[in-house]
Amino acid sequence: MSVLVYVEQVDGKFKKSVFEAVSYAKAIADHQNTNLTAVSIGNVEDSELKSLGNYGASKVLSVSNEQLKDFINQAYASIIAEAAKAESANIVVLSNSFTGKGLAPRVAVKLQAGLIDGAVELPNIEGGKFLVKKTAFSGKAFAITELLSENKVIALNPNAFGVKENATDASIEIFSPTVKSTDFNAIVKEIVRATNKVSLPDAELVVSAGRGLKGPENWGMIEELANLLGAATACSKPVSDADWRPHSEHVGQTGIAISPNLYIAIGISGAIQHLAGVSSSKVIVVINKDPEAPFFKVADYGIVGDAFEVVPKLIEALKSHKG
Amino acid sequence: MKILVCISNVPDTTTKITFTNNNTQFNTTGVQFIVNPYDEIALSKAIELCEGGKGTVTVINVGESQTDPTIRKALAIGADDAVRINAAPRDAYYVAYQIAEYAKTQDFDMILCGRESIDYNGSQVAAMIGEFLDIPSISIIKKLEYDGSTATIDREIEGGKEVISVTGKFVASCAEGTAEPKIPNMRGIMSARTKPLQVIEAKDIAEVAKVQQFETPPPRGAVKLIPSEDPSKLIDLLHQEAKVI
Ligand SMILES: Cc1cc2nc3c(=O)[nH]c(=O)nc-3n(C[C@H](O)[C@H](O)[C@H](O)COP(=O)(O)OP(=O)(O)OC[C@H]3O[C@@H](n4cnc5c(N)ncnc54)[C@H](O)[C@@H]3O)c2cc1C
Ligand SMILES: Nc1ncnc2c1ncn2[C@@H]1O[C@H](COP(=O)(O)O)[C@@H](O)[C@H]1O
Repeated sequence: MSVLVYVEQVDGKFKKSVFEAVSYAKAIADHQNTNLTAVSIGNVEDSELKSLGNYGASKVLSVSNEQLKDFINQAYASIIAEAAKAESANIVVLSNSFTGKGLAPRVAVKLQAGLIDGAVELPNIEGGKFLVKKTAFSGKAFAITELLSENKVIALNPNAFGVKENATDASIEIFSPTVKSTDFNAIVKEIVRATNKVSLPDAELVVSAGRGLKGPENWGMIEELANLLGAATACSKPVSDADWRPHSEHVGQTGIAISPNLYIAIGISGAIQHLAGVSSSKVIVVINKDPEAPFFKVADYGIVGDAFEVVPKLIEALKSHKG
Repeated sequence: MKILVCISNVPDTTTKITFTNNNTQFNTTGVQFIVNPYDEIALSKAIELCEGGKGTVTVINVGESQTDPTIRKALAIGADDAVRINAAPRDAYYVAYQIAEYAKTQDFDMILCGRESIDYNGSQVAAMIGEFLDIPSISIIKKLEYDGSTATIDREIEGGKEVISVTGKFVASCAEGTAEPKIPNMRGIMSARTKPLQVIEAKDIAEVAKVQQFETPPPRGAVKLIPSEDPSKLIDLLHQEAKVI
């Protein structure tokens, strides 16, 4: 028995959410008195693979070949399931990223495993039961779900557990799985990624704005505030529906659900569908000119005022805070 | 061309979520059920691809008879026929297995799902169907073009997109942007009543996951208001008190 964690690389590097998944998987492995193995697919340098040891992986299986350099859902799932079998791992952890969401269900079927998507806490293993808390109803609730199968797959929500250092010396092994040609019926033609921006699903800080901003031409101050904070930008649904901002920024029940450390909502009323996707943020700041805006009811800090006056002042205050 | 669209029956987005029986069951009292909003997008895309007699759209739901109004709504939007697998949707594994077993008896060129159901939010069913059928699954797509044998698909990734080319059958889960949601017109609503809705029995399979208890998020304390003249106080509080910047 052991625990396996899939470590997703982007351009040969691991992101914070990967170290978080490794930390989480290590905590499970410790609880089960077993070791943690990581599996990496794509071209990643040894020094980067070694860094997984800092969070508790004692072995890293590295699969690197030209055909697998880009994400091929079916092939990657086959490899992860094969690695789980090779390591006799009965628990597989992934991060609940866009890629993880595509992979975890396939791995679960291959291993005939129950799957927890969007886990927010460590499993509670007691009296022979394996219970994991996950988000449900678009962030309006949590579901404590029991996994009944022998094998188990868990996809961890970003920012739910945090990164925990745990110095271990990771050995690196080349892993050569067998993939079938039909695993390659879907291939990546092109990857378009804005590298200069913080990506919303993994962002720790998020600045978001709504219809109160009046039009797309007014987003300059929102971006400036986000840049100063190192935050990602988000928006409400009507804003992306009107094409003021891209759909990828739309948060809420029908957009992305996020749980950053800080969510700043500017000119957003706080409709139930919007709150669904952001209410698990650790700290919420609301800036709205209407003191009756429902968003204030779920905010930690609030400023009642006109965004066009408050935000520029906030930017100045932040600049002097940073010195 | 034959397209299968998977639709789930979910509480309306304005629903205040509460639980009964010691927080073990979702309280459906007074709750309005709707077609999962993402599934409407998937369905709209399927109808768009089949327009002008280019193909047929079948919708499928795993659910008990109370989901029939939701299925009729999908037929009103423009699906040609419907299948209901008569069983409570226990977990995603179970649902995906039932849909895959049905799909094996048919010859669908593609299966479209929503990105996730807004109740249990698994984002699981689509990729599981793909695995049960051993065909590609593309999760969270924003654009889909199909030339009769090859699909070109934009998939969302953190901070960008991937353009994927798929040959042969596939499953995809659709997010906003894939299609403009279609609204049923009068003719659609009338014809929905007479379109075929086939009910078939579920197949047995071991249960792998089960919700034991629900929780609602803890309420937040009262909001601290900061005077609008002096937002620098907010920065101080976020730095010193909340320690998030
Ligand atoms: C099926 C369905 C799904 C939905 N899903 C989502 C979702 O996922 N995400 C989402 O966001 N919405 C969703 N909605 C829409 C939701 O119901 C609201 O309509 C939407 O969130 C409102 O966006 P808003 O707050 O930007 O705009 P509004 O409700 O118009 O609010 C604008 C706010 O800005 C304030 N304001 C105006 N001027 C200023 C100023 N100068 N300075 C400061 N404040 C100002 C106003 O007081 C007001 O509170 C959904 C709706 C439905 C029916
Ligand atoms: N009971 C169901 N019947 C048919 N399709 C479903 C059902 N549940 C989920 N789906 C489909 O699978 C998608 C993802 O659902 P989920 O994995 O529950 O988030 C939904 O958008 C639907 O397309």
